[in-house]
Amino acid sequence: MTTNNTAIQAEALTKRFGDFTAVDAISFEVKKGEIFGFLGANGAGKTTAMRMLCGLSIPTSGKASVAGFDVYKQTEQIKRSIGYMSQKFSLYEDLTVRENIRFYAGIYGKSDAFIKEKTAFLLRELHLEGEANKLVRSLPLGWKQKLAFSVAIFHEPEIVFLDEPTGGVDPVTRREFWNMIYKAAESGITIFVTTHYMDEAEYCNRVSIMVDGRIDALDTPAQLKKTFEARSMDEVFLKLARKAKRSGD
Amino acid sequence: MKQFISFVKKEFHHIWRDKRTLFILLGMPIMQILIFGFALTNEVKNSQIAIFDQSNDAATQALRTELDASRYFDVVQDIHSYPEIEAAFKKGAIKLAVIFPENFANDLDHFNTAQVQLIADASDPNVANTLTNYATSIILDYQDRITNNRRLPYTIKAEMRMLYNPQLKGAYSFVPGVMAMVLMLVCTLMTAITIVREKELGTMEIMLVSPMRPFKIVAAKAVPYLLLSIVNITSILLLSVFVLDVPINGSLLLLIFEGILFTLTCLAFGLLISTKTDSQQTAMFIALTGMFLPTIMLSGFMFPIENMPLPLRVISNIVPAKWFYYIVKEVMIKGLGIGAVWKETLILTGMLLFLLVLSIRNFKIRLA
Repeated sequence: MTTNNTAIQAEALTKRFGDFTAVDAISFEVKKGEIFGFLGANGAGKTTAMRMLCGLSIPTSGKASVAGFDVYKQTEQIKRSIGYMSQKFSLYEDLTVRENIRFYAGIYGKSDAFIKEKTAFLLRELHLEGEANKLVRSLPLGWKQKLAFSVAIFHEPEIVFLDEPTGGVDPVTRREFWNMIYKAAESGITIFVTTHYMDEAEYCNRVSIMVDGRIDALDTPAQLKKTFEARSMDEVFLKLARKAKRSGD
Repeated sequence: MKQFISFVKKEFHHIWRDKRTLFILLGMPIMQILIFGFALTNEVKNSQIAIFDQSNDAATQALRTELDASRYFDVVQDIHSYPEIEAAFKKGAIKLAVIFPENFANDLDHFNTAQVQLIADASDPNVANTLTNYATSIILDYQDRITNNRRLPYTIKAEMRMLYNPQLKGAYSFVPGVMAMVLMLVCTLMTAITIVREKELGTMEIMLVSPMRPFKIVAAKAVPYLLLSIVNITSILLLSVFVLDVPINGSLLLLIFEGILFTLTCLAFGLLISTKTDSQQTAMFIALTGMFLPTIMLSGFMFPIENMPLPLRVISNIVPAKWFYYIVKEVMIKGLGIGAVWKETLILTGMLLFLLVLSIRNFKIRLA
């Protein structure tokens, strides 16, 4: 079922909490190296769906595989193959840049030689050589965000999950951040990203829009705009989100 | 193992960077031992007393000298009328007044009985009690000496011996108490806070998405605080032996083993709190009210459990510090071995396992 070209596959994936169906039989496929936008209003079920794919939550029913591993039985292998970055950037402010990198590489069990070499490369790439031994606290927000992303893909995962990674960041920095995402995608990493910014949805290869736990639309941004007779992704989103019965949380 | 080591390293970085907290964690036991040792003591030394001697004979002179010579009293004032006594108390100049009536020696010689009045400042009842006891025993001593010369027909003499703590030093009971308190504070409070902080920061999520197993995360969190606790146990023991002259009569090894057992129990409790809370404030509040207060009130360290009403006595049994306090007293002060404390050790072990199982189960539920 999972071809070599597929990074994530979900079939009727469902999660219920008691009577409440947070994720209602969603099906989709993400290709390797693709930038996949995962959109939806607050409370639409994005986070729950993402948690299932990351192996943090066991689905109630349906099938899904991530990097070729089953979300029911092979969560350990999944965790080894993915990276994750959340809105909070998840760096330790009281640790230096270098210590943060070493820590996250360490919990993925990377060798010292690998960590050393890649850290040097990364610091050069981000122009952070001068700041390597400074506390993360002292970095500007935009740098923290870039560093967090670099840390999330440091262990060279097949897929990286980005949960609203650009929250609270200015447009220029967001643009730069998306350049990093493109670069990562070019190197073969699959990007699975949730966002609230509709201009960012335009940057994705394909976009899915969740409403009330279901995926109501899934296509390239251009095709979606055509289908919904909209000028922008913003309009597409509004047309779909208006149907929602659940209120945001 | 590599994962584990980099995690522990990170924890040490956190602790090391937060110098203020580190200073409190390591300085607190030292401060507490010194404060309890030198300031908060039940012993009363060199209390200022006044004497109203209306007889002024050989017997009252001798008693006066006895009182003044003891290390408990300093005679600072001679009083010549009753109103003066009250004035002295009101000024706070004296804690105790000793009043000899007229013809004291004469009465003693001819009627074989004489009276002496002790007036104490009972605005602090404990001190007043202690002072009158000391004064009474000095007077009785004197009486013993003079009756030796003229044998009374019947006398019963109670001879007292204070076992394990012949000088009745307060340090013997608060060293174990401070140990329980400090370990509780460092371990329960700090583990709870540091795990909950990771939740607040969102870093816990990253950890759970990583291949690191939850059990390892928890263990790595505990290691630095276990080490800190061992440092604290050592500094408390060193201070009590070399500064407060409290001996370690039992096996040091057993004492340290029990200390580690108690530390682990506290860590497990902190872990349980962290699985149940989402903010550092809540965690701190629960740790303080749920553990710190019972440790102080119900461990027997401040207030004797035997005197409590039944419900409190029953509740005190679930306070780990009570058992640890008991064990440390038996081992350190009485010098007893594992034979005397195996039951308490078993209870602590049981509590540790119970808390561990409960918190690991909770930890997993959060993941599902």
